[in-house]
Amino acid sequence: MTPFKPVLLEAVGVPDGHTIASYKSRGGYAPLEATLAGKQPTDVIEMVKSSGLRGRGGAGFPTGLKWTFLPKDHPGPIYLCINADESEPGTFNNRILMEDDPHQVIEGIILSSFATRASTAYLYLRYEYPQSWHRLQAAIDEAYAAGYLGQNIRGTNFSLDIYLHRGAAAYICGEETGLIESLEGKRAWPRIKPPFPAIEGLFRKPTVVNNIETMACVAQIARRGVDWFKSIGVPADPANPRDPGSYGPKLYCLSGHVERPGCYEAPLGITARELIEQFGGGVWKGRKAKAVIPGGISMGLMTESELDTPLDFAGPGKVGCLGLGTAAVVVIDDQTSIVDFLHNSARFFAHESCGQCTPCREGTSWSLRLLERIKAGKGRLKDLDILLEIGNTMGMMPGSTICGLADGAAWPMKNAIKKFRGEFEDYIKRTNPSGWMVTDPVPALQIVGAH
Amino acid sequence: MIAPGRTYLTDEMVAKIEALAPRYPNRRALTLPALHIVNAELRHVPLGAVVEIAAVLGLAPAEVQDTLTFYQFFHQEKPHGKVRAFVCRSVSCALRGGDHLLEHLCKQNGVEPYGTTPDGELTIEPAECLGACDFAPCILANDDLLKNMTPETAAAELKKPRARAT
Repeated sequence: MTPFKPVLLEAVGVPDGHTIASYKSRGGYAPLEATLAGKQPTDVIEMVKSSGLRGRGGAGFPTGLKWTFLPKDHPGPIYLCINADESEPGTFNNRILMEDDPHQVIEGIILSSFATRASTAYLYLRYEYPQSWHRLQAAIDEAYAAGYLGQNIRGTNFSLDIYLHRGAAAYICGEETGLIESLEGKRAWPRIKPPFPAIEGLFRKPTVVNNIETMACVAQIARRGVDWFKSIGVPADPANPRDPGSYGPKLYCLSGHVERPGCYEAPLGITARELIEQFGGGVWKGRKAKAVIPGGISMGLMTESELDTPLDFAGPGKVGCLGLGTAAVVVIDDQTSIVDFLHNSARFFAHESCGQCTPCREGTSWSLRLLERIKAGKGRLKDLDILLEIGNTMGMMPGSTICGLADGAAWPMKNAIKKFRGEFEDYIKRTNPSGWMVTDPVPALQIVGAH
Repeated sequence: MIAPGRTYLTDEMVAKIEALAPRYPNRRALTLPALHIVNAELRHVPLGAVVEIAAVLGLAPAEVQDTLTFYQFFHQEKPHGKVRAFVCRSVSCALRGGDHLLEHLCKQNGVEPYGTTPDGELTIEPAECLGACDFAPCILANDDLLKNMTPETAAAELKKPRARAT
């Protein structure tokens, strides 16, 4: 494998790499100047469409296509919302981009606003990133001073303001319509779609919601070109006309039981095993991996024998995972109880379910209660079937919820129980020798706090 | 200074809220920024302050309270400690001892999770993923990210005085 030189992370480790002077010395803002000097918004849309860039926030929707859903000749305002609510367990690539190279993100936002004709961009930042907040605000101030933000930028009729808006520690604000509701000052209850935000979004106006890493990719495509971007990653499958391919570099967040956790940039399509061995220094303490989360906890689990799966947009789905998600790879070693893992996952989702849709609110809290009962030595084999039933019935895919949070709660549950059923059964039989076979109803346990 | 007829919001807080108003096409969008501005000063947002925020924004108090309670972020009954420590318990930290760390810190300080020490110095709260899994297990103490914590290093870090959260 030829060594891959980081692009999105090129400022990491550079002294003062987060300043505008450093960013410009790497070629930054020159593409923006060239764009403003002679290009039309449609040129930028065409560039992003032909690059094959797919959104880096989790769903992998083609970015240029998303932009084209905006109404034509709309009198405005059109809003761009930048999703920096990065809260998917295991994920921290946006934090690194915002702290170490905020101008790369800002140039991407300016180019994307120019393309979508947005004159206001709100950057929704999770509360837990104070350092990102300070770095971004300082960088935005520099960009205003340099004339890249404000009224009539570079003498054109294009004007843009970027405003930071801080969240308050709720995972659901990363769902794009939950983010919009939160920005409007309301509880972050996701909206039923359609209408999609492109038609009716923030303040009932056409809105695009894009992720931080997507913005960084837009800046790099503008600097290095569509051909460069398409030369990296996994081309579209010619046998599948609906596959848009997995082009470009990707930030993989590697954490859990590895020797060297960190954010690593690699071409889309690297395998989990390559990531763990080439970047992570192997599974820690010389142990073996029992399971690996391919892209944030809601994507489910791969087993050790599935680690050669390419981590592109199509890969994890081939081994029963939900998708690539945020490309946050979390390694779980062979000394870890899968029961503990699933309990941790269930606790997260029970806490973070927004409570709007009953199947998710009740499904996540009851699955946590079932897992607490199992961990307390009172589990029954029947509980595993109840957990699977919950997992199979809550979510957008079965059609019972408004947003995908419940699908994300269901996936680790379904994957863990299907791929490690023997371990669950052994645990239940060992810890509840007199009751594992009982099938009578049991009294409810204590109520757990929901979000 | 607190204006006549108000108990919680100072003129300075109201000025900070008003300074953000031009960013949004309506005043309801100021709800979260206003809650953060008040919370940064008072370390909680009591119901009386909610009523005053609603008056400033031209909203029903119930609208502001509805948003506040959704997040479970703003304490209402009493202020959180001068240091508010969020101890991550999500998967990457849990795999490296996050739960153990939380339990140890609560025991050592004699508080339940979300509780504050009697001297009002320290609040310990479980947090979902802090987005610093490369430094697991980690703690966010006010604006400071405490990396690769052990029960011993965390105990020492949390004794230190710290700048207020921004």
